[in-house]
Amino acid sequence: MVLTPEQQALLDGSKGEVMAKIVKTLVMYGDTFGAERMVPVTGKYGHTVISYGLKVLGPVLDVFDEIIDAGLTDGQKFTADPRPLDRNVPSNLLEDLVFKKIMYTDQGRYEKQMEKLGILNDDAYTCTCYLDQVGNKPEKGEILSWAESSAVVYANSVLGARCNRNSGIIELFGSVAGFVPEFGLLTDEGRKAKWIVEVNCEKKPEPQLLGSAIGMKVMEDVPYVKGLDKWLGNELTDAACTYLKDFGAATASNGAVGLYHIEGLTPEAKELGETLISEDAQVYVIDDAELERVKANYPVIWKDKEARPELCFIGCPHLTFKQLCDWTDAIDKRLEENGLTKLSVPTVFTASPAVIKEFEKTDKANILKRSGGIVSYICALMYMNNPLCKKKAVITCSNKLRTYTSARYYTEDEILRIITRKEARP
Amino acid sequence: MKQFKGRVIVPGTCTAEALVSHSGFNTLASFQMAIMFNKKGIPCGDQNNPDIYNQKMQGKALCLPITIGSTTGGMILYTVLAAGKAPACMLFSESIDSLAASGAIMGDVWTDSSMPVIDRLGPEFLSTVQTGMKVTVKEDGIVEIE
Repeated sequence: MVLTPEQQALLDGSKGEVMAKIVKTLVMYGDTFGAERMVPVTGKYGHTVISYGLKVLGPVLDVFDEIIDAGLTDGQKFTADPRPLDRNVPSNLLEDLVFKKIMYTDQGRYEKQMEKLGILNDDAYTCTCYLDQVGNKPEKGEILSWAESSAVVYANSVLGARCNRNSGIIELFGSVAGFVPEFGLLTDEGRKAKWIVEVNCEKKPEPQLLGSAIGMKVMEDVPYVKGLDKWLGNELTDAACTYLKDFGAATASNGAVGLYHIEGLTPEAKELGETLISEDAQVYVIDDAELERVKANYPVIWKDKEARPELCFIGCPHLTFKQLCDWTDAIDKRLEENGLTKLSVPTVFTASPAVIKEFEKTDKANILKRSGGIVSYICALMYMNNPLCKKKAVITCSNKLRTYTSARYYTEDEILRIITRKEARP
Repeated sequence: MKQFKGRVIVPGTCTAEALVSHSGFNTLASFQMAIMFNKKGIPCGDQNNPDIYNQKMQGKALCLPITIGSTTGGMILYTVLAAGKAPACMLFSESIDSLAASGAIMGDVWTDSSMPVIDRLGPEFLSTVQTGMKVTVKEDGIVEIE
């Protein structure tokens, strides 16, 4: 890689040993992928996937301390993934003990570090930083130094920004240095599709199920998806963006997709059409039976597979304002039809702090609260990352949460049916 | 004995017992519970990976196509390296992905750990090596299995 004189000076230690190590890491990272140069980060804000002061992540927090102690705190401001704890979310005494005394003992240390490093504000903890209410929404073509797989795939695919699937820590290094190595999804070639996905379903595919199927098939490649226009249309409406948010999160967690193109809909597909498809692209045809096959193959690791659901998480990635409203309306209607007033399963709806504030200004917030629904800014994944939760029968319509935890996946319709029945049974 | 040649991402040598994942290795799902709760031998926690689910990864020659999953992956790998609980080496049949590369490089630059990482060993490597085989990694990207 050829560095500018300024970058070379940083590598040689002109701004101290810590900056030199940061640049060395970025250079090795770029060299691995054939990057020939560094390019400036042009997005206004960064986004970090690290949002929790897990005791075990001590080595990571030590790196943050090194950066702060070296005075390298004037890089770009950033948003961060959701916090792991919220007292509104049901937990028993033992879980509280595990959360506060064993797992997240460094949460205070971590959040103080984030303040020093440049977290945008106290409400900036969400995986959906790109929503209007949060305000970290990059423009098409901007170069980002982000991590958080669901946010990266959204920024690349729906917004047309350019960002690699960076890991936690590396993304902050890019924000501190102000440049990132140019390779992969930062290049035109790296954004070409190696798969054509033909969606031949009879009914609108569940976004998190379709994304899962595609992620598992294409792994880290870029898919060019055809056949969604009859449901999503040809404009990036709020509904289409919401669908793609959930779809993308599943492609990124069930596989390693960092960018997808949707024919006639996403910015580059609209602009460049099938010229985005590589000559040797493979084809994956998806119909309703294929989605059923994928769903049927998800392992159920509950000890008692017939257990009555004890907890339900909806919102991984975080829900939009409209999704919160739609869930409230659907629950209210279904409970009334079933002659009930309360949800049969404690259900947590997760959204960004900014979206929750907007939602709480509406009457729907009271309706959802009356039904027993809990609204939280928590990261469901971090909440469930402990052995106690493994013993709990947790259900979800998030394929990301299913992938990383013992939560059992159901479609949104199935979840609605389960939580609004008198007796909570799948 | 069979020999394969790959590209050196992080140099080093080691001899260890193979642990083989034929599907994408989900770094977060595999390591998170074991590292968080200090489980002996760091058993793989990825329920979606029947090849290695519940099998101990620490000190093994982890053979895999690529890593997949959340972008915390590199950070988790870095944490495992810093804690001295990493596999003996990571051997990729395909080109390494950005998350695994990040974790391995950060481990190399920011810690005293030593975990050789080789990629581009080819599909035949992954179809030849089997869990339990003896694997030797040499400085120049040569991997011997027997």
